[in-house]
Amino acid sequence: MKILKIIALVLLVAIVGIQFVPTTRNQSDTVPETDFMLVNNVPKTIQKKLEVSCYDCHSNNTQYPWYNKVQPVTWFLEGHIKEGKAELNFNEWDSLSARRKKSKLQSIIKQVESGEMPLSSYTLIHSDAKFSKEEANEIINFITQLKDSL
Amino acid sequence: MQKLKMSIAAMLLLTLSFTNAQEKEKMNMDHSKMNMDGMKMNIDKMQDAMAEAILSDYFVLKEALVADDTKKAAQTSAKLAASLKAIDKSNYTADEQKELADIIADATEHAEHIAKSPIEHQREHFKMLSKDITDMVAITGTKNTLYQQFCPMYDGGSNWLSESSDVKNPYYGSKMPTCGKVIETIEK
Repeated sequence: MKILKIIALVLLVAIVGIQFVPTTRNQSDTVPETDFMLVNNVPKTIQKKLEVSCYDCHSNNTQYPWYNKVQPVTWFLEGHIKEGKAELNFNEWDSLSARRKKSKLQSIIKQVESGEMPLSSYTLIHSDAKFSKEEANEIINFITQLKDSL
Repeated sequence: MQKLKMSIAAMLLLTLSFTNAQEKEKMNMDHSKMNMDGMKMNIDKMQDAMAEAILSDYFVLKEALVADDTKKAAQTSAKLAASLKAIDKSNYTADEQKELADIIADATEHAEHIAKSPIEHQREHFKMLSKDITDMVAITGTKNTLYQQFCPMYDGGSNWLSESSDVKNPYYGSKMPTCGKVIETIEK
């Protein structure tokens, strides 16, 4: 019984301790000129959908949920955002060459088609980020058109 | 006594560091010799060798996909990513260099994805990678005759490169091994 108490105490100290580890927040007030929405003629409905479902991890500005302030959630989110931005950052869209844009668009199509994106760990909490079948088709059609126009 | 011990230790240290320095010098000399040999090599040939290394990795990757071998495809792609980074663009015109840099950046990303993905995903990226490699060959040329092949069924029609005119389909593997045809012969 004593040992359980000690373990519980150690855990408590650790959990409290990690709350003080500094983290980087992915937030920015400005939208650069290279942003996907600014350089492409994106219909309003699709624009909204992409912002809600993709921009949290694929842009320089995350709309953080309240629980982001609690560790280890912060680390988990930080990892996802870092990885997401490395793959594709909508804010920096126009800095890509035509070849790379085509590759990114093709990957977007495949990811949405297969349902891999948005991540299920994300839509679990952000239920508004889910794509219905119609929404997914609408996005795929738009992205395909954009890709063919490059 | 204590003093004696100290001085022996100091002497030992000195000798050690001296031999070490000599060793290092020797190594440096070896390096400069190697570099000299490298310089003597024909620069054109070196460049071809790097493009050929990329092509050779690409063909091993293609065969792995033909054989439905995800693991081998992943391993080869990691190698391909390294070969892509090693290409020397200095002998090309400014425009070609720019285009090559773009191709390499794109191809590297596809190779990195193939290195960590399941087979369907590997094939998606292989399609885009094949476009990059074909465009690269248009600039760098090739030592061997290559065949551009085409499968009308995969993803609305997809190309790849092969060293042989025989069709072995990397997009379907054992499911449809011979689907496709030669659409262009790229002469050396």
